[in-house]
Amino acid sequence: MSSKDMASTRTNKGGPERSGPSRLARLFQPEMLAVLPFIIFAVMFLMLPTIYLATTAFTDRQGNFTFDNIIGLGAPQIVSAYDVSIRISLTSAAIGAVLGLAITLAIIRGRLPEGLRSAVMTFSGVASNFAGVPLAFAFIATLGRLGLITIVLKTLFGFDIYRAGFNLFSFWGLTITYLYFQIPLMILIIAPAVDGLKKEWNEAAQMLGASRWQFWRYIGMPVLWPSVLGTLSLLFANSFGAIATAWALTGSNLNIVTVLLYNQIRGDALQNPGLGAALAIGMVLITSFANVIYLVVNARTERWRR
Amino acid sequence: MTRPNRFWAWLVFIVGAAYFIVPLVATFEFSLRMRRGVHSFDAYASVFADPRFHETFGYSVMIGVFTIILGIVVVVPAVYYVRLRLPWLKPFMEFVTLLPLIIPALVLVYGYIRLYNSSSLIPFTSSAIGTDILLTCAYVTLALPYMYRAVDTGMRTIDIRTLTQAAQLMDASTLTIIARAVFPNIIVAILSGAFLTFAIVIGEFTIASLLNRPAFGPYLVGIGTNRAYEPAALAIIAFIITWGAMGMIQLLARFAPRTAARTD
Repeated sequence: MSSKDMASTRTNKGGPERSGPSRLARLFQPEMLAVLPFIIFAVMFLMLPTIYLATTAFTDRQGNFTFDNIIGLGAPQIVSAYDVSIRISLTSAAIGAVLGLAITLAIIRGRLPEGLRSAVMTFSGVASNFAGVPLAFAFIATLGRLGLITIVLKTLFGFDIYRAGFNLFSFWGLTITYLYFQIPLMILIIAPAVDGLKKEWNEAAQMLGASRWQFWRYIGMPVLWPSVLGTLSLLFANSFGAIATAWALTGSNLNIVTVLLYNQIRGDALQNPGLGAALAIGMVLITSFANVIYLVVNARTERWRR
Repeated sequence: MTRPNRFWAWLVFIVGAAYFIVPLVATFEFSLRMRRGVHSFDAYASVFADPRFHETFGYSVMIGVFTIILGIVVVVPAVYYVRLRLPWLKPFMEFVTLLPLIIPALVLVYGYIRLYNSSSLIPFTSSAIGTDILLTCAYVTLALPYMYRAVDTGMRTIDIRTLTQAAQLMDASTLTIIARAVFPNIIVAILSGAFLTFAIVIGEFTIASLLNRPAFGPYLVGIGTNRAYEPAALAIIAFIITWGAMGMIQLLARFAPRTAARTD
C-alpha cells in the first residue's frame, strides 16, 4: 500500500500540489465527498443488512444470545431445502460449464465460419440476462403439458414425456430451465481463457508428435481447468440465489431454500424470525464459499496468463 | 486432423443452437394460439389492452430511470477519484462491487425489510414514496457490479489522468473537469452500464414483490397464474426488450472513444 501511496503523490507533483498545502487541503475535501455516496451505499445497503441478519441469527425472541436458530437449521424441511438447492445449483452449474465450454471450443477453435462467433457471443449476452419470470413462461410454452415440444413428441412419435416421468415443475425441469442462462454465462466468461490457448502450442505439440488427445490431456485442459473451476463456482452461486424463475415455474411446490426464505419473509412461514435470519445467513455462507473458490482460482489463473 | 474437428464443432454448435432457439420458437408459436384453430396476435392485443400492463411497465421504467441516475451519481465520481487520487481505496471498491454477486438479492431485501421498517430509525417502508426510494436503492445495489465494471473499463481506455491535467492547466474547476472533459468521454461506457441496469431492473420480481410495489415483475407472475397465452406473449416481449438493451450496448461499443494512454 505504501508504494501505491508514493506513486500517487509522485504523479500529483506536476499538478495542483505545487501551489501549496492550502490548495491541497481544498482538493482533499471534494475527493472524499465524491466517494462518500458510494461508501454510504455500501454500508447502508450491503453491509448493515447482512450484519443485522447475522446478529439476528444468534438472537432469541427476548434478545439474548443463542445458538438455537443455528441448531434449528437441522430441521428436516430446512435440510431438505438446502439439499435440493445445492443439488440443482451443482447440476446446472456442472452441465452448464461442460456444454458452455464445448460450445466455446466449437466456435473459437472449431474452424467454423467467422460470423458465428460474434453471433453466439451477442446471443449469450442476451440469453444470460433473459432470466427470471419470462424464462419460466418460455419453458412452460416449450416443455409444459401443452408446450410445443411435448405436443410434437406426443403427436409425431407417440411419446408422452409426462407419462415417461418428466415434469417441468421438478428438479430436472428447473435444471433444464436454468441452463438457458448458465450456458451463455459460461460462454461469456470462458471465451477469453479459450482465446488464451495459443495456436502455436497446438502446432508445437503436433510437431513433437502429440495426438489430439495428448494435446488436450497435457496442455489444453491443464491451462483451461482453473478458469473452468472458477466459472463453475460463479455459476453455482448464480443459480443458488435465484428465485424468480423457480417461483414462476413451480410456485411454492418445490422445496428449495430461496422459496422457503421467500415464504418466511412474506409471512413468517417458519414462525421464528431468528430462524429465518439463520436460513439467510446460511445461504450467504454457501455462496461466499463458492466465491472464495472463484477468487482463489482466479488469482492463480491471472498469474498464469502473464 | 481437420475433418473430425470441424464435424464435432458443427455438431456441438447445432445442438446448442437448437436448445436456445427451440424455446423461443415454441414460446412464439404458443403466443399465437389464443384464437382457436388459427394463429393470431390476439394474445398480444390482450396484453396491450390491459391497463395493468401499462401501469406496471410504466412504473418499472420509471424506477429503472431513477436507478440509472442514482447509479451514475454513486459510481462515476467514486471511480474517477479512486483512479485519480485515492488508489488505496481500489481494493475496497472491488470488494464492495463483488458483494451483490455473493449475497443473494433475496437475503438483502430481507435485511432491508427488517432494518428499515416503519419502527426503525430510517423508516423507508412506512410510506409508498419511501418504499419506492428503497426499491430504487436496492436496484442500484443489484446493478452495482455491472455499473462499476462498465465505468471502470471506460475510464481505463481513455487516459483520464492526462485529460484531467490538461483541463487543470486551463484552470478548469473540478466540476467543469468532470462535466465537460471526463463525462463526454465516458458517456458510452456509462450508457452501456445503464442499458444493462435497465435489462436487470425491468422484469425484476423478488425485491419488488417483497416490498409490495406495483412493478412489472410481480405483474408478470400474476398473469402467469391467471392466464394461458398472455404469458407467452409477455415472454416474447421481454426477450425483445432484453435484446434491445443488449443491442444498444453493442451499437454503443462502436462509438466508444479510445485514446491510448500516453506516458511519454
